[in-house]
Amino acid sequence: ERAGMSGSLGRAAAALLRWGRGAGGGSLRSPGVRTAGSGAGGGGSTEELDAMVKKDKVVVFLKGTPEQPQCGFSNAVVQILRLHGVRDYAAYNVLDDPKLRQGIKDYSNWPTIPQVYLNGEFVGGCDILLQMHQNGDLVEELKKLGIRSALLDDEKKDQDSK
Amino acid sequence: MVNGQRILRLVSMAGRVCLSRASGESRTVGPVEAAIRAKLEQALSPEVLELRNESGGHAVPAGSETHFRVAVVSSRFEGLSPLQRHRLVHAALSEELAGPVHALAIQARTPAQWKENPQLDTSPPCLGGNKKTRGTP
Repeated sequence: ERAGMSGSLGRAAAALLRWGRGAGGGSLRSPGVRTAGSGAGGGGSTEELDAMVKKDKVVVFLKGTPEQPQCGFSNAVVQILRLHGVRDYAAYNVLDDPKLRQGIKDYSNWPTIPQVYLNGEFVGGCDILLQMHQNGDLVEELKKLGIRSALLDDEKKDQDSK
Repeated sequence: MVNGQRILRLVSMAGRVCLSRASGESRTVGPVEAAIRAKLEQALSPEVLELRNESGGHAVPAGSETHFRVAVVSSRFEGLSPLQRHRLVHAALSEELAGPVHALAIQARTPAQWKENPQLDTSPPCLGGNKKTRGTP
């Protein structure tokens, strides 16, 4: 039964990845992404978290890594960033560090993972990032950080080909 | 926006995967689901409150109440940012979120926003990061 279950999970994940590659032009690997948090230990104090969320323009706290998300909502965050061509972001895997897992929830005053920070400011989780993606706010927020969304190039290509 | 539609299609496709796997389970309302409904009604007097137990799509035992999706439609959300709206929902459900509920997808809408698109979305499929399955192949 377990094998059957992981089979269907595997298919679902594969569908997501296919979709991600087809739409965003991104590859399976995201070379710019710095995966952090692994074995770091003690990543739970307010000062440390403060430094973590401010060190990079785009910071995400995930269950799993961008290459191997362990939760559908974390995966959706990764896919949205990929779709916008955001490669240079810091990803922290909370499953590697129980202190970080609780610490970031307390720090953000937000009870769930994933969590997204832009320019040191808390944005929200998967629902809010998806909403910002859909209504165009994410393109604008990225622009403020000096990041040009790849979707703008896609749109241009679409128009040029007409 | 073309790409917005793409991701919507993804999410709805993913939802079907979840739902088809959960369809064999009975639709009884558990105590956690009942508490979520009562507390949101009390805190936000919603015009519409749609709640779905999505636990069946996850690596938890049958009958679990760990993963939920909720659409809360309330005039209390007028003038509030998405972050502020979500915080209101979290505050109402602080006990549940500190306890049995691992995942809560939230659609917090004003009545006018709900009218534009009155549906409870579906969540992306679980990828098996649950404690119970972690570390197993």
